[in-house]
Amino acid sequence: MSKTLEVRGLRKVYQGPGRSVEALRELTFSVAASELVCVVGPSGCGKTTLLRCAAGLLEPTAGEILLEGALVAGPPPDMAVVFQEYGRSLFPWMTVRANVELPLRSKGLAGDHRRRLATDALAAVGLGDVGGAYPWQLSGGMQQRVAIARAVAYEPHVLLMDEPFAAVDAQTRAELEDLVRSLWRRTGVTIVFVTHDIDEAVYLGQRVLVLSSSPTVVQEVLAVDLPGERDQLTTRSDPRFTQLRSHVYAQIQQAKRGGGQPAPPSPEGAAAPGS
Amino acid sequence: MTAARRVLVATGLPLALLGLWWLASADSQSFYLPPLRDILAAFADTWLGGRLADDVLPSVIRLLAGLAVAGVAGVGLGVLIGSSRRLRATCEPVLEFLRAIPPPVLVPIFILVAGIGTTMKVLVIVSGCLWPILLNTVEGVRARDELLEDTCRAYGIRGLARLRHLVLPSASPQIVTGMRQALAIGIILMVISEMFAASSGLGFTIIQFQRGFAIPEMWSGILLLGLLGVALSLAFRVFERRALSWYHGLRRAQRGPS
Repeated sequence: MSKTLEVRGLRKVYQGPGRSVEALRELTFSVAASELVCVVGPSGCGKTTLLRCAAGLLEPTAGEILLEGALVAGPPPDMAVVFQEYGRSLFPWMTVRANVELPLRSKGLAGDHRRRLATDALAAVGLGDVGGAYPWQLSGGMQQRVAIARAVAYEPHVLLMDEPFAAVDAQTRAELEDLVRSLWRRTGVTIVFVTHDIDEAVYLGQRVLVLSSSPTVVQEVLAVDLPGERDQLTTRSDPRFTQLRSHVYAQIQQAKRGGGQPAPPSPEGAAAPGS
Repeated sequence: MTAARRVLVATGLPLALLGLWWLASADSQSFYLPPLRDILAAFADTWLGGRLADDVLPSVIRLLAGLAVAGVAGVGLGVLIGSSRRLRATCEPVLEFLRAIPPPVLVPIFILVAGIGTTMKVLVIVSGCLWPILLNTVEGVRARDELLEDTCRAYGIRGLARLRHLVLPSASPQIVTGMRQALAIGIILMVISEMFAASSGLGFTIIQFQRGFAIPEMWSGILLLGLLGVALSLAFRVFERRALSWYHGLRRAQRGPS
């Protein structure tokens, strides 16, 4: 399979006055076309930094990121980002529909085309009838749906999601997880999904990338060999699901105690790192 | 609250004060403090004729022109200065200095430069109204949300689109605050600019009445100025409610259901 996103030797050091913080030491991995990869790691391990570098919003200290073979040196046009703080990433002075259409405008699409894409995207996230409302009139979960609709309407090749459901309640989160799965299966977009929630990572991903604690490296790459058809009830009670999440949990506990140790044996049947 | 009750609450105190004034001044013999009865009679005679068009209208037009120039210049410069940390650091001391100069002392300079016509009067108004708009715009532009900025970058929203959809709207609550302050300053400067070397205008006419010992007429001019201020601030409130409806809605939503 072709590599859509390639991260090579990514290193990021924040230079502060008098001291520098090494957020990422050395990250190397790649994401294939139409793949859904989840990134988990202990808190403060630089997940968001990784995502911001991949999005071209932050310049790496060393290493490079390639999107479809081209070096990322700024936000690339074929990439969309969904941030954690939905309340701050939607424009409060615009209606829901205008929020979804604005990036399409900067893409230079004609009015008809914009309207059609926005209508389809809003319908796809189940918000077909709130286009005229303002984001702050909606619940948190609905606001995050708007942000997802905006990303989907943009028709990106790669969709980056930075802990998008960390601030919504558990039931809404489950719905939104299924929404992401179904959008992914329907559109075939490549998704990199950053989360601190191990269950979420295993439930959503085809592969789970476990990061070590700071200074951060890729601790393990785990293939999730659950069936493609997933739902909250059967998948989460699948013994294999429990096995995988326990494995990731153990990995993260180990990462917290002190990263850089060799990974424990992969659970039976799981693919080796880097496959 | 019903509309009728709101009107009653809003007009109750002014009416009571007018009533008090009326009673207290009813048999006033003082030349300088005539009965309100006389002032109101003078009000109708003085202002409801041609003076409305000859004196009040030019004043209001100069005020609006001054506010418009100050608004465009203040927002324009404010966006520039607010967008650049270096420019801000360079300009801030100078801005603080210029702002501290009371505009009336600049009138002689403006007369030297621009003569005694309309330009001078508008300049006086601009010189006072610019600062609140400029400084508030700088603050508003500076304080825009970083995540919205990232959102714009991620989605390739640049240049004029960014200015129109991100920078100006996110600074607009502050800009409107600056404009409200400018409006109050503008009315004062409108009058002051007409006290020097003028031949028409509300301020000029009030001074003329005072010098001609037409005391009830002078008082009626002062009343008219107050009414003008109220009318402008009401008009501004309507504008603000429309322009910032999203902002007030957002604030209500953030405070939570009450």
